[in-house]
Amino acid sequence: MMLNHDILIVGGGLTGLRAAVGLCDKFNVGLISKVYPVRSHSIAAQGGINASLANNPDGRDDTWEKHAFDTIKGSDYLGDQNAIEIMCKEAPGVVYEMEHWGCPFSRFPDGTIAQRPFGGGGFPRTCFSADVTGHSLLNTLYERAVYKKVKIYPEWFVTALCVDDGQCHGVIVLDMKSGKLIPVRAKVTIFGTGGYGRVYRNSTNALINTGSGIGMAYKAGVPLKDMEFVQFHPTTLIGTNILMTEGCRGEGGYLLNNKGERFMQKYAPSAMELAPRDIVSRCIMTEMEEGRGFEHPLGTYIQLDLRHLGEKKISERLPGIRSICIDFIGIDPVKEPIPIMPSQHYSMGGIDVNEKGASSVKGFYAAGECACVSVHGANRLGGNSLLDTIVFGKLTAQAIEEDLPKSKLKPKEKPLLALKKEMEKKINALSQPGGERPYMLAADLGAVMNEKVGIFRTKKELVQALDEVIKIKERYKKVSISSADLHMNFELQNALELENMLDVAHTIVLGALLREESRGAHFRRDFPKRNDKKWLKHTIAKRSKKGEPLISFKDVKITKYQPMERKY
Amino acid sequence: MIKSDFYTFKILRYDAKEPKKDPYFALYKIRVIPGLTVLGMLLRIRDEIDGTLSFRSSCRSAICGSCAMVINGKIDLACRTQVAVFETDTIILEPLPNFEVIKDLVVDMTPFWQMYEKVQPYLVRKSPEPEKEIYQSENDRKKIDQFVNCILCACCYGACPVLNRDENYAGPAALAKLQRFSADSRDERATGVLEKFNNEQGVWGCDTVFRCIDACPKDVRPTDGIVGLRKTLLKNKAKELLGVKEK
Repeated sequence: MMLNHDILIVGGGLTGLRAAVGLCDKFNVGLISKVYPVRSHSIAAQGGINASLANNPDGRDDTWEKHAFDTIKGSDYLGDQNAIEIMCKEAPGVVYEMEHWGCPFSRFPDGTIAQRPFGGGGFPRTCFSADVTGHSLLNTLYERAVYKKVKIYPEWFVTALCVDDGQCHGVIVLDMKSGKLIPVRAKVTIFGTGGYGRVYRNSTNALINTGSGIGMAYKAGVPLKDMEFVQFHPTTLIGTNILMTEGCRGEGGYLLNNKGERFMQKYAPSAMELAPRDIVSRCIMTEMEEGRGFEHPLGTYIQLDLRHLGEKKISERLPGIRSICIDFIGIDPVKEPIPIMPSQHYSMGGIDVNEKGASSVKGFYAAGECACVSVHGANRLGGNSLLDTIVFGKLTAQAIEEDLPKSKLKPKEKPLLALKKEMEKKINALSQPGGERPYMLAADLGAVMNEKVGIFRTKKELVQALDEVIKIKERYKKVSISSADLHMNFELQNALELENMLDVAHTIVLGALLREESRGAHFRRDFPKRNDKKWLKHTIAKRSKKGEPLISFKDVKITKYQPMERKY
Repeated sequence: MIKSDFYTFKILRYDAKEPKKDPYFALYKIRVIPGLTVLGMLLRIRDEIDGTLSFRSSCRSAICGSCAMVINGKIDLACRTQVAVFETDTIILEPLPNFEVIKDLVVDMTPFWQMYEKVQPYLVRKSPEPEKEIYQSENDRKKIDQFVNCILCACCYGACPVLNRDENYAGPAALAKLQRFSADSRDERATGVLEKFNNEQGVWGCDTVFRCIDACPKDVRPTDGIVGLRKTLLKNKAKELLGVKEK
């Protein structure tokens, strides 16, 4: 059995759905997702989506150019300025479009979409739907996909991307319900597979965010970009690391150390708690390292204090945060400060694509968090990730709509059938008893990444991390799963994803080791300054024939904003 | 409070691929620490004890709706249920009722999504789109608030006694979704569209015994939605009798 589509989309989050909705009228589109689309991690985004609507009375002078400047500065000048300009220009249009499709945005008294301030933004331009903006947007796009009758394959798990002779032919997919391994042939394959948070032990990300789509593309020969840039969110609940939206601070929440001080005053006197995430995360770590944190059996923490906002505002604007705190740590933020710590949150790096979502492989596109255009550079601003997913889902669809009718791409059966055989062999090998269970390796990987490739980095630790990742890759060759069943076998899925996670981690560590400067979220204690002369460039990682990452570099695209010192 | 260092998890296991093998409870004894959720324990059981155990999970924070199941007799999300809330150190896990089991705690959600699609779960507009947003007052936005919060986890579907006896009943989640749009000030669906649900398989099928409200992990009250739809239908009927034409 071979399934055929003109366009195959992998990923049922905002990016995949937006691309599908844009293409399904004209082409034979199939959308594959390893979970039901509304379970995708876009659902967990809380705070909002940036667009210069200028609805907020304090933000009437906002323009897309100002949004672009904030994003470029926030990116520590590593973002490609042409792409950032495109994204910010598109922003109001896509927000209105989502609203027209039914997105239940919160409202201002005049009936317009409500907007609040977010970190690193000069204006209150983050549009929101209470504190469940991702949930509202994803449901709206799924609803739109239902309306458009998009062909969706839920709980189909992609195991490999088929690239042969410089062209993408499709994927090999496992139907988790039937347990069948199915080759899917397509002229164009689009990945909207999400980020790589789960290579870290502590992450706000869903368990499904393994980055395996990125690893799969890399394995098939697609280059990755800026993998060392990993965002650590300043405010995640201790223990579970569930996200406490930046909207908490956008609505006026304070960060307090054990002396009761709003310590951000020392580090970012004008932006205070609303400095960009990389900066706030480092400040929190510094406070904790210097003994000004609070102690708890679950770890050292800092307080996120919302009490002064009052019950009414908290219930209206941050109801989700309130119920998460009550359910998961037994604290009501109306009465007590929230114990938080920074943890992994977002993948700035990803599959190297241009502003049309195109990679260097013919017929293969990527957008959203799995891709790196790059619009976030070295540090993403809050409210720009939802924007990225929808804008580039849309623009990728538009580019394909223009190019595909002219294209002579003919995806072939033969490489797909060969790859299917290879996957069957691999699964068979994994099912041989006697080896280590995959979770042990995943746990070791998470620990290494957490401890040695975190917020503060040094050459010594990165060298150790590299060594350890390579050792875990060796151990992977002898991993064993409990059952050879192919249906609803989550251990098999974990084992297959783990191989990709190891590749992804390898590129992160190597990128971090080579980049001897500090920029955005990548902070080297041994090179604490940004070095534009040497390092104002993207890191490109390509897999060698032997399986090692080969690193090269690419220029950053600068339109009119010359790099300046970043002060908040 | 944690009742002991080791908890016993009794998990109902079944594989639809092996229909001849009856469902059975598998027992797992595992060490617990305070703060752990049922999902956290399930993940550890699959990792450390039995790799063949099947259950769905994703966000771990009660927003994605993957991990609905029956936990010591009560339907809830495994991720938001602390093991310490029970008065016992034995935790019994069963798949969501009113569904066919695919394997262990994974049920076939197809009927749930079919009902969801039947209600036309999207904003219907007839007017030309404005250049900017469609205005909506804060009050109008509030009218749909609780229904917007539905995460489609199907806890309510599993708890519904009507679905238990009539699989053609639309169910609480789908009807709550219909009300989410019907009550949205921006929605312009023809009033006649609701007629499809003006019957026992639709809004009049509900027993109004509020099991769905008890089961909902997100404080949505599907019964409110169903009652709201009934009112709209009666209002439409009255208008029709009085000869008031639809706009």
